[in-house]
Amino acid sequence: MLTLRGVDKVFANGAQALAGLDLDVREGEFLSLLGPSGCGKSTALRMIAGLGEPTRGAIAWRAGRPEVGFVFQDAVLMPWASVFDNVWLPLRLAGQSRAQASPKIEAALDLVGLQGFARAYPRELSGGMRMRVSIARALAMRPALLLMDEPFAALDEITRQKLNDDLLRLKQELGATVIFVTHSVFESVYLSDRIAVFSARPGRVTAEIEVAAPALRNDDFRLSQTYAQACRSATDALHAAMGEA
Amino acid sequence: MRRSLIDYVLPLFVFLAMLGLWEAVVRINAIPPYVLPAPSLIGATLVKDWDTLSGALMVTLRITFQALLAATIGGVTLAILFARSRWIERSFLPLAVVLQVTPIVAIAPLLLVYLEANTAVLVCAFLVAFFPILSNMALGLASADHNLIDLFELYKASRWKQLVLLRLPAALPYFLGGLRIAGGLALIGAIVAEIAAGSAGQGAGLAFRIVEAGFRLNIPRMFAALALISASGVLIYLIFTLLSWALLSRWHDSSRERGL
Ligand SMILES: Nc1ncnc2c1ncn2[C@@H]1O[C@H](COP(=O)(O)OP(=O)(O)O)[C@@H](O)[C@H]1O
Ligand SMILES: [Mg+2]
Repeated sequence: MLTLRGVDKVFANGAQALAGLDLDVREGEFLSLLGPSGCGKSTALRMIAGLGEPTRGAIAWRAGRPEVGFVFQDAVLMPWASVFDNVWLPLRLAGQSRAQASPKIEAALDLVGLQGFARAYPRELSGGMRMRVSIARALAMRPALLLMDEPFAALDEITRQKLNDDLLRLKQELGATVIFVTHSVFESVYLSDRIAVFSARPGRVTAEIEVAAPALRNDDFRLSQTYAQACRSATDALHAAMGEA
Repeated sequence: MRRSLIDYVLPLFVFLAMLGLWEAVVRINAIPPYVLPAPSLIGATLVKDWDTLSGALMVTLRITFQALLAATIGGVTLAILFARSRWIERSFLPLAVVLQVTPIVAIAPLLLVYLEANTAVLVCAFLVAFFPILSNMALGLASADHNLIDLFELYKASRWKQLVLLRLPAALPYFLGGLRIAGGLALIGAIVAEIAAGSAGQGAGLAFRIVEAGFRLNIPRMFAALALISASGVLIYLIFTLLSWALLSRWHDSSRERGL
């Protein structure tokens, strides 16, 4: 779907976030970017979204940049707007009226299990539900590429597991490509078809790990040999990446 | 807005007790009304002179609200221009600050030289109300969540859409805070200018009535006019507090739990 070649990113203040990042993203895969915090994962993700240009190197799209959905670490909702209006935002910015957008908004809320909450305001919802709204908003335009930046990092373990499972189901239903940033080895293995391990700052990909398992997973997967092996290689790769920095 | 009755009863009780004490001191010491009128006499004067005083009240309130309206339009517009361009901000902010820090008492007589009295009063009230709205609005516009700004950029929102759908709503709580301050200041500005104008024999607002009654040693009427000015200030504060609550209670933390 897209290729990053030799991407460097140096910020205006001189901080270098990425150095020689090479990464291929395949159509329809679930790809995790795994690395210690501050290694440039968010920076890479933002550049893929078109928020910020590489200082050097190039991002090449096979068929142009598709519709992109973005989910941040926090839900990042507009507190003054209802759940409905928050999910409406991308459609509204694309010029769709409330009436035109309404079926798509309802559908997006259904997908994340929030039917009946359209009129609620963000502060009336729990952290997990707010994150669901954020995901619904990202899905409203039916993006071919979904970018998620540590979306569940601020949630409790149980909510997080539930959202992990829901995310896998959603990806299956929508057939989108997902790039998922995380610093949790276990989360990345549970979710991904492939994991790109980042070195400490300035970041680049030091290892890629394939997780050979069916796309839809459940608790049994957590107890499987494949899971244990993938966790072990990811952990080793992470240690190697941090050790060499 | 769960407030117990005591929250309302207690301040009212203190207020009435003060009035009672005042009344008692005046009566026991037989203080003459031209030195210190009792609250009951002030109340009676308020009723007796209502025709004159209510007219003056309307004049002062009209000028205050006109000045507030102008300050809101001017302050919000300039804040939006500031948010658009650093250069406009750098060029105009110092000027706004100079106007803000120069005491209005000192500006009023000068304005009276150049302007017709009512206009001068309006301009004074405008000048003091303008700055809190401008500075709060500018702060509010700059305070929009950075991730939301990114999101708008991701979806290729025009600057206009970003202003209307993101920056203005994000600025609303700040604006309302500024409006509450500006409301009180506009009244003060109007009163100060009326006093300056009143001594020149112009105007017909409440402050003018105070000056006029002072010349005639009509002390009870001075107090009656003063009471009306205080009541106007309280009224303005209540209006904007309620407006704030009505607009923010659903989503903003400032109006959570503690109500007003
Ligand atoms: N806008 C910016 N200006 C300057 N430095 C930045 C900016 N954004 C990120 N950085 C720096 O770049 C490095 C990588 O940041 P980031 O991509 O957010 O890391 P990660 O998401 O992996 O935790 C960090 O050291 C951070 O301080
Ligand atoms: Mg990050």
